[in-house]
Amino acid sequence: MFVIKYRKIFYLISGLAVAASLGSILYFGLNIGIDFTGGTLVEVSYPATRPDLEAVRQAANQINLGSVTVQPTGEDGYILRLKTVSESEKDSLIKAVTLSADNVPAEERTNSIGPALGSELAQRGLMAIGLVALLIILYIAFVFRHVSRPVSSWKYGLIAIVALLHDIIIPTGVFAYLGAVRGAEVDALFLTALLTILGLSVNDTIVVFDRIRENLQNKVASHFDDVVGISLKQTFTRSINTSLVLILILLSLYFFGGTTTRDFALVLVIGMFVGTYSSIFLASPLLVTWQKWSEKRSTK
Amino acid sequence: MAGVMFKTRLTAILLLFLALGLGYFVYYSETASTGYFNLPFKLGLDLSGGSHLVYEADTTAIATGEVDEAMSSLREVIERRINVFGVSEPLIQAEQAGFGASASHRLIVELPGVTNLNEALNLIAETPNLEFKTLAPGATGEVLTDFVDTGLTGRYLERASVQFTQTNLGPSISLNFNPEGSRLFAELTESNIGQPVAIFLDGILLSAPIVQEKIGNGQAEITGQFSVEEAKTLVRNLNLGALPVPIHLISSQTIGATLGADALAKGVYAGLLGLAVVASLMILWYRLPGLVAVVSLGVYIILMLALFKLIPVTLTAAGIAGFILSIGIAIDANVLIFERLREELREGKSLYEATIDGFARAWLSIRDSNLSSLISAIILFWFGTSMIKGFALTMALGIVISMFTAITVTRTFLLAIGVKHKTKLTSFLFSSGFYKLKAKI
Repeated sequence: MFVIKYRKIFYLISGLAVAASLGSILYFGLNIGIDFTGGTLVEVSYPATRPDLEAVRQAANQINLGSVTVQPTGEDGYILRLKTVSESEKDSLIKAVTLSADNVPAEERTNSIGPALGSELAQRGLMAIGLVALLIILYIAFVFRHVSRPVSSWKYGLIAIVALLHDIIIPTGVFAYLGAVRGAEVDALFLTALLTILGLSVNDTIVVFDRIRENLQNKVASHFDDVVGISLKQTFTRSINTSLVLILILLSLYFFGGTTTRDFALVLVIGMFVGTYSSIFLASPLLVTWQKWSEKRSTK
Repeated sequence: MAGVMFKTRLTAILLLFLALGLGYFVYYSETASTGYFNLPFKLGLDLSGGSHLVYEADTTAIATGEVDEAMSSLREVIERRINVFGVSEPLIQAEQAGFGASASHRLIVELPGVTNLNEALNLIAETPNLEFKTLAPGATGEVLTDFVDTGLTGRYLERASVQFTQTNLGPSISLNFNPEGSRLFAELTESNIGQPVAIFLDGILLSAPIVQEKIGNGQAEITGQFSVEEAKTLVRNLNLGALPVPIHLISSQTIGATLGADALAKGVYAGLLGLAVVASLMILWYRLPGLVAVVSLGVYIILMLALFKLIPVTLTAAGIAGFILSIGIAIDANVLIFERLREELREGKSLYEATIDGFARAWLSIRDSNLSSLISAIILFWFGTSMIKGFALTMALGIVISMFTAITVTRTFLLAIGVKHKTKLTSFLFSSGFYKLKAKI
């Protein structure tokens, strides 16, 4: 199987993508949304043509509510972000961005989160990611407990986690870039997308591992790398078809769905793509690499 | 063999009718205006418009054992206040975040259709703070600090009402204490005969009548400079009761109805479009089994929609996204089965045998892989705010139901087709790949 034969090339591709993503996260930083920092977000839409961005920005920052960032949304609206303010302060903000009496903006939605609640949500989110990773290692180690030769079952779990890290670092890196380019925010939905990627991508990896387990039991080949190669070949069409279906559905959500779930769909598309890549080109070849490495060490 | 085939086909037809019946229920319960079957989808505030408020309750002054009781009475008081406001189907629930001593207690208030919050916020959180105070020993009563707390407050009130006395032009407010309050008031008046008892509202002195005699019947009257409107508002607020626990707003979310309706329409459109693309892809690639998968997917969608109504699941934008995603997961089980089926067929097995064996083999993969997604969904549900909980719930439900439809519906239908003899047509129908494009891998 070419995947096993040229595995070093695929490792290199993954490595470069991860490095670029980490670089993007470090360089651009993440644009953390009010879900985690606390703050107020107001979306307004103007019945006539919306006023100039710069004019709205100036007007919003002239009333004493701290710094207000303004971002265009849709055809006729703006999203205003600022520190957590009260209901009446928010009303004064909307009044401030009413630049002309015959173009009074309508308040489409407001989201206000206290700083304490935000940091609590951030903590819970990080805990959730850690917990999912831990449970998945344990789960895989349990499911593959009868497979110990030539690679012990906990190694399947650990490799699945390496693949998972790969799968969440890359979408995060892309998102850091999008945050810098068009203000995409890391919010609760982004975290939800990451957790979903964790579930779906390990799902993919497990299907391949499952086949390896079955082929090991049936002794389809004498060498471990051949067993992995055969298993990959058998599950290849399924992996591609399934992720193609998921990606098509998510693309439809991205292009035609509501604005609130747009970035969510985008993160999932990227996650599904790299998730499928990692279960075929990363996780299974890594099993072979690890087996060869420990074989070499024991013969020395 | 023929008997088995008959049974399978009968089951397949039964399943189809059951699904059609359920589908009719989903449709009918949406259009029926009254009666037992009036079960429209429950839409979350982000789709229907409204406000979602989170209050943090300050329970530091309450003994640990009594917090739950205080929270439930808080819930009742807030509910009474909101009912005055006239919101249809408000949702008020107490929630605990964290555990033990560091736990924080919250009250979640959802007000469908309410987008102008100012009035609602005032109504929910403002409490008339009625206090009865007496003169400190030796004080003259010239400054407010001369008065000391007696422990008798508005929480001992049973009822307040507006009175119009003939001698006085303005209205007065008559108070009826509950038994505990009556006892306190009797003690208070008994020990203060000839002294003033001051009545404070929100820290402002209303009146300080001199006590003539002990009042044992638990009735008091406040005369003051009220307008009729002021008196009515005060009486209403006093009757609604004081908050047993102080609260403050920590999060609020308001979504206009047009934005919500737009999000709903777009979500449904995206779902239908994705579905159409996936269905045609499945039929083009997997041919007859692909068609079976599409039928099975139809049953899956009907089952899910019926469950959304029956459980009921509140649908949010994220929840719809979760449902759309779960369609992909449901397809995956079918793809796994068909790939196995093809392998078994290649080994020269009959379609019937290949179907039975293919299912048995694919089941392990389906089970193991879906359980890992289920782990993610459960953790998400635990972590999530209400929006994310909606996503996690629809996804978890989707995973479980799709496993069920894959092993029952897809299996039954494939077996029911039951081709016995290989012909050119059947081998075309059961091979995969686009027409004339043989699968190379």
